[in-house]
Amino acid sequence: MSEFLRQYLLVAVFGGLAFGLVAALIGAASLFRPSRPSTGKVENYESGVDPVGSSWSQSQIRYYIFALLFVMFDVEAVFIFPWAARLEAFGFFGLVEMMIFIFILALGLAYAWRKGVLRWA
Amino acid sequence: MDPYLLDGVDFGDVVLSVAKAILAFVICLVATMFMVWFERKVVSRLQNRIGPNTSGPFGILQTLMDGIKLFFKEDNIPKEADPFVFRLAPYLSLIPAFLTFTLIPLGGDFNNGNDGAVTVFGRETFLQVADPPVGILFFLAMSSLGIYGIMLAGWASGSKYPLLGSVRASAQAISYEAALGLSLAAVVLVTGGLSMNSIVMQQAGEGFGGIIPNFNIIVTGFIPFAVFLIAGTAELNRPPFDLVEAEQELVGGFHTEYSGIRFALFFLAEFMNTVTMAAIIVTLFFGGPAGPAFLGSTLGWLTGMFWFLLKLLVFLFAFVWFRASLPRFRYDQLMSLGWKLLIPLSLGWLLVLAGIRVARNGDLGIADSAFGDTLIVIGVAFAILLIGMYVLRSAMTNARRDRLIAAGFNPREVN
Repeated sequence: MSEFLRQYLLVAVFGGLAFGLVAALIGAASLFRPSRPSTGKVENYESGVDPVGSSWSQSQIRYYIFALLFVMFDVEAVFIFPWAARLEAFGFFGLVEMMIFIFILALGLAYAWRKGVLRWA
Repeated sequence: MDPYLLDGVDFGDVVLSVAKAILAFVICLVATMFMVWFERKVVSRLQNRIGPNTSGPFGILQTLMDGIKLFFKEDNIPKEADPFVFRLAPYLSLIPAFLTFTLIPLGGDFNNGNDGAVTVFGRETFLQVADPPVGILFFLAMSSLGIYGIMLAGWASGSKYPLLGSVRASAQAISYEAALGLSLAAVVLVTGGLSMNSIVMQQAGEGFGGIIPNFNIIVTGFIPFAVFLIAGTAELNRPPFDLVEAEQELVGGFHTEYSGIRFALFFLAEFMNTVTMAAIIVTLFFGGPAGPAFLGSTLGWLTGMFWFLLKLLVFLFAFVWFRASLPRFRYDQLMSLGWKLLIPLSLGWLLVLAGIRVARNGDLGIADSAFGDTLIVIGVAFAILLIGMYVLRSAMTNARRDRLIAAGFNPREVN
């Protein structure tokens, strides 16, 4: 096993245990729990009244725009972390570079703000 | 990396690994069950009630009893649900919660320059399940994966309330994940590494004057901690950010259609995430098992565990305290807090912190001394802050004015 894989040995064991626990609980419960389905039980819950219309509804476009903005900042974090970990190595030069980078991204956020994307009304 | 894994893996190493994993697994489950009881008991006391008091001493077995009850309950799958994804979602929710727990250093002696390793059966090991070199990124990845469980649970239910709850949940989680990641960058900046063990080691030691500990909350200047605490609470969907399961609007949110043991698993995942988030806060900003050094290590390797549990309990109490005392946010307030305050604040603070550190290393070279450079950086940061605040305020005033005029107000009355 390579050194890289060895570090994740225990993570894998732990993930296996977690998967096993969930599967065992659900599996064991299926042996003990009652199962008496009826038409009323499998209806969707809508506060006790009969469901109205289809449940597959569309959601607002705003959520999608926030997801796009999130991608911008998540990619930004990908570039910030390596620089932050090696700050001393890059010194003043790296600081100025990062300032320019963050300034450009902040302009993006300011643009979205000005366009009213962040306004939830 | 764990010392016993450094040179090859023999049979004993595998046994130790499995033993460690099982022990940590049990600790994780017990801590989660304790947290459920603790939350109910404390919130009851804060609301002038008694809370669980029947099963076991002080009602401490209440969680176990609830689990057993749910275990024997019927499991409904609504007829409009997507059966495969509906069954998959509890796995996606609980497994990342477990995996995040692997990162947390639970104990060990960090005093006098020790790296927290203890000797078990002749092998040196950390009291931490795994110490990957990209620890912090692993934490961010797992907290993102947990969102899939919530999102898919709501979607697969084929029902209206769960769908609304899950869309809200994912938008909220990704909004605050950005702030979470950026506040973590400040910790990486002062540590120079991403592994949890190196973060704890960096915070151990004498500190300032031997009295004030060297914790990151002080070293990074409090603001990353505040941002992380707020963003972390939002990431957990805990009050005051619990719009995901706002009972008055959405019934139970994403798990409305779940019943029986599957519901119990979602509940377990939620509380496990709470415990883990509190532990991560303790590790990143309060030194984890590295206690205030001047109190020494009288208990040996138990010292670390003592400090860790004490700090953990403080944050678990804080989470319950938030729930008992803060009203829920409105959705637009939630979004503007995340995007308009936390993200710009953590970005700006990161740059100031980096500037101060570069200046203190003497890499700036503007003034004669490193101290002069530091003063220059602080001065420039203040100037930019003041100018930025002025520009922002006038922009917001103008925008508000434009909106009011567009809405039909008299331009003379608007100011």
